[in-house]
Parts: sequence; C-alpha cells; structure tokens
Amino acid sequence: MADLKPTVPLAGLNEAIGRARLAALDPGRVTSVAPWPGRNVDAALAPLGLHFPPPGTVIAAQGARIAWAGRQLAFLIGAEPPAALAGVAALTDQSDGWVWVHLSGADASAVLARLTPLDLRPSAFAVGTVARTVINHMQALILRGAEDGFEIAVFASMAGTLHHELTEAMRLVAARARI
Amino acid sequence: MRIPCPCCGSRDRREFTYYGAAVFLDRPAPDAGLEAWDGYLHLRDNPAGVTRDLWYHDPCAAWIEVERDTLTHRILSTHLVEDAAAALRAARPEAQP
Repeated sequence: MADLKPTVPLAGLNEAIGRARLAALDPGRVTSVAPWPGRNVDAALAPLGLHFPPPGTVIAAQGARIAWAGRQLAFLIGAEPPAALAGVAALTDQSDGWVWVHLSGADASAVLARLTPLDLRPSAFAVGTVARTVINHMQALILRGAEDGFEIAVFASMAGTLHHELTEAMRLVAARARI
Repeated sequence: MRIPCPCCGSRDRREFTYYGAAVFLDRPAPDAGLEAWDGYLHLRDNPAGVTRDLWYHDPCAAWIEVERDTLTHRILSTHLVEDAAAALRAARPEAQP
C-alpha cells in the first residue's frame, strides 16, 4: 500500500503582504464538545484545568484551550478529550474538519474588517476572546490572541477560498497604504 | 440593521437568516380544526408597528425570537426560541413541540 503522508490544508503557508502576515496554524487536536441537554461537563473537564466556557470566552490551562464555538458548543483545542467527557457531551473530532490560519501584523484588523461584519474594535472584540461570525460567505471562528493577532478557522473544504479572500484583502489594504 | 443575539451580542444583519412570523412557535393541537390550521399555515399579520418574528443567527446556530418595530426599525427585545418554546409548553402543557 502507498505510504501516505499526513498533511494539513495550507501547510507551509507564510505570506507577508504590506503590514499583514498570513501563516498556517496547526492547533493540534480539536474536538467539538456539545453537552447533552441538562448535563454539566465541568467535572469532566476539570482534569485539564478547564470548564465549559460562557459565550465568547476562551479558557486556557496546561497547554490546552477550550473556546466557545456556538450555542451550547465549545472546541477543545490541543488536548485529548478526557474519557469522562464522552458520557456527558457529544464529542466530534474536528481536527481535520477545520482549517486554521494565523493573521497578524499592524494591518491585521484592517484586513479582517474588509471580510467580516464583526465589530473588530478591541472594546467590542477583546483580546483573549472568541467570536463566531462570517468571513464573506464562510462560517468562521475567530480567536483574538492579541490586538493585531487573530486565529481564524473555517471548514477545511474552504481552505482555498479562505486563503484567496484573505490574501486579496491583504493586497488591497497594502495598496491603499501606498496611495 | 443590527440584531442583538442573546449569545453573541449586537451583530450585523448579514449574519442572520429570516424565517418568518413568531406565530410558528404556537402550533395548534392536531385536532384544533381546519380553520386553526389554515390560519397557522397561511394567515399572517403585516403590522405597521410592533411585530415578532424568528431569525437564525448562522454563526452561533441560535434561533432567536425578535420583537421589533416596522415603523422605526427599532429592535425591542430578543430571546432564544429555546426559552420561548419552554415558556409556551409551560403555558399550554397539552400542546406538543
């Protein structure tokens, strides 16, 4: 049988245009956690030092993170789900289902503002929080790690479109800066 | 137009999909008769003023009941359909979701 090498969409991507940089990002294992109705998952997440995040929040501990990802849904990032979690929540491995990129640089907000209706001012979208929104027509999850640093995730099948949309916006923002 | 999502806060209208009037939540009993079912399926008010309708917030997957004013475009209140449906079930235990 052929020896297949595992890879990620946009592997090796690291593109700087103007004052923005777009790079591939491997978040590690990503599992969606959807608590069964009426069940509390905090005890099952406790071994990781985590608990279920309220809307818009990201909780980090011991290298693992859990980010709110929708109504009664969170993404456990960078850790294997504890066994006890399976009894209280629907778990789905999303590692290959979503593609992640990191957008950074002084113009990162300006680039993103061309693609999403989300209010990107730090007063509305604070550093260390997460938002579900859209990037043009794509459903997206955006984590703000820094004022000018965003982790962006969309469905893996849309990796090419995400790359195209973001680099196009980066080109336009850079072109405008030259005027 | 901006709609306050109970999960996400104030968001742009582009993130939402309109479904229809909120009367969809108040489903008649199976034996309520033709007139009630005809009204439920086909008859809608078109008020100049306060109206209630259902919107879906696509990014966070929440169904939302929005109370708004068609004259001023003001959003008066929003809440999760989950909560509205629970209140409806409590008020009318015989009606099934």
